[in-house]
Amino acid sequence: MSKERKMTLTIPREELMSPGHLACQGCGASLAMRLALKGLGQRTIVCIPACCWAVIDGPFPHSSLDIPIYHCAFETAASSASGVRAGLDMVGDTETTVLAWAGDGGTFDIGLQALSGAAERNDDIIYTCYDNEAYMNTGIQRSSATPVGAWTTTTPVKHYKKERKKDIIGIMAAHGIPYIATASVAYPEDMVKKFKRAREIKGTRFIHVFAPCPAGWKSRPEDTIKLARLAVQTGYFPLYEIEDGEKWTLNLKVKERKPIAEYLKLQGRFRHLKEDEIAMIQQEVDARWAKILKNCGL
Amino acid sequence: MKKVIMGNHALSYGAMLSRAQVIAAYPITPQTQVVELLSEMCADGTLNAKFIKVESEHSAMAACLGASLAGARTFTATSAQGLALMHEMLHWASGGRMPVVMGNINRAMAPGWSIWADQNDSLSERDTGWIQFYCASNQEVLDTVIQAFKVSEKLMIPSMIVLDAFALSHTYEVVEIPDQAKVDQFLPPFNPPWRLTPDDPHAFGGLTSPDHYMELRYKLQKDMEKVPALVEETGKEYEQLFGRYLGQVEEYLCADADLVFVTSGTAGYTARVAVDELREKGIKAGNLRIKLFRPFPFERVRAVLSRVPKVAVLDRNISYGHHGIFYQEVKSAMYGQPVSPLIFGFIAGLGGRDITRDSFKEIAEYTLSKNKAEEEIVWIGVKK
Repeated sequence: MSKERKMTLTIPREELMSPGHLACQGCGASLAMRLALKGLGQRTIVCIPACCWAVIDGPFPHSSLDIPIYHCAFETAASSASGVRAGLDMVGDTETTVLAWAGDGGTFDIGLQALSGAAERNDDIIYTCYDNEAYMNTGIQRSSATPVGAWTTTTPVKHYKKERKKDIIGIMAAHGIPYIATASVAYPEDMVKKFKRAREIKGTRFIHVFAPCPAGWKSRPEDTIKLARLAVQTGYFPLYEIEDGEKWTLNLKVKERKPIAEYLKLQGRFRHLKEDEIAMIQQEVDARWAKILKNCGL
Repeated sequence: MKKVIMGNHALSYGAMLSRAQVIAAYPITPQTQVVELLSEMCADGTLNAKFIKVESEHSAMAACLGASLAGARTFTATSAQGLALMHEMLHWASGGRMPVVMGNINRAMAPGWSIWADQNDSLSERDTGWIQFYCASNQEVLDTVIQAFKVSEKLMIPSMIVLDAFALSHTYEVVEIPDQAKVDQFLPPFNPPWRLTPDDPHAFGGLTSPDHYMELRYKLQKDMEKVPALVEETGKEYEQLFGRYLGQVEEYLCADADLVFVTSGTAGYTARVAVDELREKGIKAGNLRIKLFRPFPFERVRAVLSRVPKVAVLDRNISYGHHGIFYQEVKSAMYGQPVSPLIFGFIAGLGGRDITRDSFKEIAEYTLSKNKAEEEIVWIGVKK
């Protein structure tokens, strides 16, 4: 624990995100951007496709970020970032970091092809998916990142989501890119460290950020950090890194994982679940946790 | 230096001489030689550019736009299905005022699968805010690429260079390859008025309320309206340096004509041969080849067509449920003019069917023998 406390002091004071942005109360995605930019610094250009962040930034002529933003098409976060990188290189700017910043819909679904293309080419970009587990900007429709059991407006309670969340990390690891990390807004030191680390690596880097959404999860805004922490402590969203698609490192070893029910019960989107259904979700979390431990050699 | 090259390579040489800095492209028949040669040029250092070998045309255009916004001169090429896949990004390019230059090889849209020429692919993108040039020779393709960069970058509007599949893309012709130093004199490095840079951070393309959106579109249209004059101006400048004039339209024996064909692409050169043969028989025909299609060269077209009694517009395309698209455009340009000719519309050559001298003779016979078209659309060479 003493090590953790020492890390707190390493979060830069510099704020590249201003108040006055348009995020909802308790928005995990807005906190994610604030922390990511603390790790990346001002010499960053961000490509933002259609997602909550296309709005959070603020309408023309306003912007809540102190870095350049390219608002790009929904499925083009990765391909736009690849282009920006190539363009910067050709005009002599090889120092600026190019960040693609997309939601789960833009990453798991509509942008997956472009992301795979950029990763296969190992283009020199940092791709971040802030994952709030549904199409929140359009009003809570299911994405392939929506977890099994969840209610959304297109998976109503009588027909809640039956399919598992897509294994985006497995997909990205299969590309063998130099750096992959998961991060959570409940662990700011860890998150800032990962963005700093990613900045120093060349090639395609993928960071999957867990970003609770009170409006879409039907949770209390003041529970955002609590939920993000519980997601890690239950083993639902473990914090780990993968180098070159092969070397797995667990960043936070949770000795006694909390039951998933503790995490689920704080969210209205899971309110309809019965005990046996929660037990099934627990089994799934356990299996995934075991697999990650195995991959990390633990 | 003169070289015997195919139309596709004329695009590549045009991009090379224009010193394109970022190329992102995806292969599609009949475009492939454009990007194959550019890949070689990038690999052997003939061209100092980054070539992003993307996984789709959608990403090709997206990557070009990112590069353009970062301040680099960008080029790509595609055809038919590839262009259709790019559609969303074509709006992004013009709306975001990113002056990408793209070659499009006119190929018929599937289904059924066709790799042969017609214009429905590029004309389906008529309203995306791109400048469109239709070419009839390999020399014109090369020269137009260089001119397009100049026009596009001056107005921050993207350009499409269009050439017929196979009839031009794969046809070898003698092409004068301009001297690089002279091209550099004509086309200075890209220096956009705005760009993505941390030194001066701005948000591009963000949420735009009804208070602002319409003005952005108004400005785009106002700048589009400047294109014809700029094409004339840069065309003359190009002529001074290279001896070849690049205009909005090409007139061939229109001054005294009783009948003028309106054509585009390679059919425009076939038409010239047909005009010669018709004139040998005493029929005073002429040809007006439309080179700049968007923005439409209203003034030039009106100036030529106001003085002729009959006009026959040839379309290698169709707007289903309406007419051939050039026919629509020509009629619209002539509407309300003090003097307006009788205008007939013909569809020919869809999906790569040949448009021959005989096609034009058939068109001439029909047009000269009637005071009104008997059908809304007259089909040439169709098996009914």
